Amino acid sequence: MIGGFICLLVLLYIGRLFSLQVADDRYKQNAMSNAFLRRVIYPARGLMYDRNGRLLVFNQPAYDVMLIPKDVGKNLDTLALCDALGITVEEFHQKWADMKNPRRNPGYSSYTPQKLISHLSQEDYGRLQEKLYMFPGFFVQKRTIRQYSSPAASNILGNIREVSARDVERDDYYRAGDYTGDLGVEKSYETVLRGKKGVEILMKDAHGRIQGRYENGIHDEAPVSGQNLTLAIDMDLQEYGERLMAGKIGAIVAIEPKTGEILCLVTSPNYDPALLVGKDRGKNYAELVRDPYKPLYDRAIQGAYPPGSTFKPTQGLIFLQEGVITTSTLYPCYRGYVNGIRVGCHAHGSPIALIPALGTSCNAYFCWGFKNMIDKRGTKASAQFEKWKNYIVEMGYGYKLGIDLPSESRGFIPNSEFYSNSFRGANWSANSIISVAIGQGEVLATPLQIANLCATIANRGYFITPHVVKEIKGGHLDSLYYHKRRPSIKQEYYMDVAQGMRTAVLGGTCRLANLPGIEVAGKTGTAQNPHGRDHSAFMGFAPYNDPKIAVAVYVENAGFGATYGVPIGSLIIEKYLNREISPARMYLEERMLNSNTIVSSGVKKH
Amino acid sequence: MFKGLDWPAIVLYLLLVGAGIVSIYAASYNFDNAGIFDFNEFSGKQFMWAGLGLLLGGAVLLLDYRVYEAYAYPIYGCVILLLIATIFVAPDIKGSRSWIVLGPVSLQPAEFGKFATALALAKLFDSYNFNLNQKLSNYFRALMIIFVPIILILMQKETGSALVYLSLIFVLYREGMSGLVLFSILCAVVYFVVAVKFAEPLVLGIPVGEFTVLLIITLIFCCMLIFYCRNLLIARNVIVGYAAAGAVVTVLDFCGITVNGVVFFLIILGLGITYVALSMMHGRIKQYLITIGFAAMSVMFLFSVNYVFNNILQPHQRQRIKVTLGIVEDLRGAGYNVNQSKIAIGSGGFAGKGFLNGTQTKLKYVPEQHTDFIFCTIGEEEGFLGATAVLLLFLALILRLISIAERQRTPFGRVYAYCVVSYLIFHLSINIGMVIGLCPVIGIPLPFFSYGGSSLWGFTILLFILLRIDASRKERRD
Repeated sequence: MIGGFICLLVLLYIGRLFSLQVADDRYKQNAMSNAFLRRVIYPARGLMYDRNGRLLVFNQPAYDVMLIPKDVGKNLDTLALCDALGITVEEFHQKWADMKNPRRNPGYSSYTPQKLISHLSQEDYGRLQEKLYMFPGFFVQKRTIRQYSSPAASNILGNIREVSARDVERDDYYRAGDYTGDLGVEKSYETVLRGKKGVEILMKDAHGRIQGRYENGIHDEAPVSGQNLTLAIDMDLQEYGERLMAGKIGAIVAIEPKTGEILCLVTSPNYDPALLVGKDRGKNYAELVRDPYKPLYDRAIQGAYPPGSTFKPTQGLIFLQEGVITTSTLYPCYRGYVNGIRVGCHAHGSPIALIPALGTSCNAYFCWGFKNMIDKRGTKASAQFEKWKNYIVEMGYGYKLGIDLPSESRGFIPNSEFYSNSFRGANWSANSIISVAIGQGEVLATPLQIANLCATIANRGYFITPHVVKEIKGGHLDSLYYHKRRPSIKQEYYMDVAQGMRTAVLGGTCRLANLPGIEVAGKTGTAQNPHGRDHSAFMGFAPYNDPKIAVAVYVENAGFGATYGVPIGSLIIEKYLNREISPARMYLEERMLNSNTIVSSGVKKH
Repeated sequence: MFKGLDWPAIVLYLLLVGAGIVSIYAASYNFDNAGIFDFNEFSGKQFMWAGLGLLLGGAVLLLDYRVYEAYAYPIYGCVILLLIATIFVAPDIKGSRSWIVLGPVSLQPAEFGKFATALALAKLFDSYNFNLNQKLSNYFRALMIIFVPIILILMQKETGSALVYLSLIFVLYREGMSGLVLFSILCAVVYFVVAVKFAEPLVLGIPVGEFTVLLIITLIFCCMLIFYCRNLLIARNVIVGYAAAGAVVTVLDFCGITVNGVVFFLIILGLGITYVALSMMHGRIKQYLITIGFAAMSVMFLFSVNYVFNNILQPHQRQRIKVTLGIVEDLRGAGYNVNQSKIAIGSGGFAGKGFLNGTQTKLKYVPEQHTDFIFCTIGEEEGFLGATAVLLLFLALILRLISIAERQRTPFGRVYAYCVVSYLIFHLSINIGMVIGLCPVIGIPLPFFSYGGSSLWGFTILLFILLRIDASRKERRD
């Protein structure tokens, strides 16, 4: 009887052991979270160099104070801790409350590491490290934050920020408190730059004290550093461009035509990337957002502007390809296009052929061409316009070009449907929309798209999608950045248009760009806009027969293309090709560096 | 000296003590890699205790078995005096006054009370013509011997050790006490657990636990009529009547008319009892009375449980019971130990993490890991296989001791052997039951395993006296 009882009892206990140890997995997981501290080792983020090997972005150590709330003893000596951290007790309580606030810190759990203070300086870290043993549950996580060798190019480089709850949701890689790229290359090349986190499995006892590495670290994973990037940017040129644009609103984009590599991508006003690093990031970011001149807005790729006369080469190309004109076709210009409506022009000889028309930027010529194409006998205006639009799109307008930076704008190219809607079904003809022929009206383009057109003409008929990253160390660029894209327009027509742009420099609107020893081709643009004075634009490439740089300049509310666009564009070309400005042109540099169009732009300060 | 010794029991004893030392080494191993025999470590000390314990065992074997018989009462008396003294001289250690401190050594007299009480009880049953059921005073004398140390140890605030003596009820059962007493105790435990644990949902307007207990009482009532009173006619009438009543209530409930469960069961049980009482004239009066009494007492017990639980028990006692029964989860307070020990054992898996590779016990998540919770280390490091093996070793020892008990030719030997068996069963079931979360946390050690000289020596003396008595059984008067 008693024997039977004890046998039953032992059987019952063995059954219980089976259910605890073999059938139920829960306890194993509990044991993991109990005894192991998975300390993440953050990899070094990839560095960035410019095309000449100049180091642009690198890492500096920073220290985050972490804690596991349940391991923090009840007898925490708050005063001693605040003393070691160099903060006041009030600040400490504020940070503690923030940490526990589910809105600010949705991942809060008293069982997992939580961040109390980010970016402790090396000095504070040293002081804390000595006393850390007094504060069970606390530890320090080494992180790296970014440092920049130059205050320029923040729009290209971007910065890093802590991941949001949404980032964590979208990508398994992230845990609350991780960093991720924000804006610029940091964002678009995040997966390349971030590397792979490692993990160190430490054992902690019931009091949260670290007792060593689990099985001497054989389960640890070493972090993998992020890959380094070589940017296509020429940082000297970028800095020079930013200096030229100081006091102005606008953008400069320079591309190496043969490769599509972006040599500089200036937006103005800009900000020092160092502002978005470290403790004050949040505050500085808010200030940048509030700034009425929108420094966070990258005008080079996000600004959609009327391209003005820089659009005229596209028209010439289309008309030639469509057989509307030949290089010897002449159109009259009576101080403008006069055909029921009137589009003004300036004084030059008449009638005029394509090449001199490009040289003098004759409005009437392109209006006549546009009219002859759209209103071609025996065709519908809408069908002809679709054809026109398709050429424009092939040349990179109307859609995102595909630059390797986030938030590119697509500009705007209307299609025939757009006009059918806006004229409410009424018949429309070339005259109704004539201003698109001279880059006005509905047409909008980004400075990047304008520069890309220029690069296409420099290449006499093809372009490679512009990109800011030249090389990923140990990786491959997207094949998009190798392939030539060819609009369906014959190469000889590009030759003609290039000749027209050369004429503009030699004896037309771009004479200021006529550099000694460098054959420059260019086209000005003066874009009317509803915001105040005309925008001043320029695009140009050089050398004419072996183009090494194609540049687009766009200065908001600065007047004629020849006043700001041409001088800045030609200085960029000269600086890039000669590495210095010839003494004869110093006055021009001086004038550009010291001019300020914001005050005189007619735009009211907000 | 070694003639007639029961070697299987000795081998099992040595295996358990050896495994115990290894487990203590593992439990207190703290990554500093001290040797297993280092006397500064628990394992080294336990090794020393075990060695001295073997010497003590040898000394026990050297004495003539008659010494234990002859001096049973004086030994008991001395230990009682020691227990009394302990109450006054022992310092307060974690709320209990059960340790006598002699310089560097501490002794827990309660551990030595076990063999003394066993000897005294054996001596009592060995007296000439002693029969437990003959006189009520015999029960009284037996219970006196058991309850004096219980009371003294309770006064030392060492509840766990005191409860151990209650296990001697098994011995009384073996020596003729009615099985009904054990059955009643079992029923009381079942009633209590079921009634307290299942408060939700309501069935027939009363908590499901209470409903279940009433159902069990009714079933037991019917079963007793069949198997105990052996009156199939009465049993058939009662069962048919109950089935009909149950059907009616179910149908009513289905139609939306709920009969209160308590009222229902009281009525049917009352009718059944009255019916049985009226039929008593047909003989077997004692069985009828017991059946009726059992049913009536069960119902009364059930209703007093709620009262006792809610009004008499202290809040922390209620809490402990609730945590054990899984009603509330209190992982930071009363449930911490058990939860951590379940985690430690559960994380061991089938084959364990390997010797010295346990993390939960090493890192001190489990409290008292080298004493009361030593089984955790085994469960974590040696897994299901190791834990089962230890349980089977204990089972083998206990079964061996039962067979030794049954081959004794005198009541003295038999009673003493059953005392040892009872102690072991109680320690084993409560200690391991608490570690795996089946029993409330009662601080008693796992015999031979848990660290501590007093416990180890106490059980060694207990076992070796039995071996001495057993070895000499043939020399006895027949």
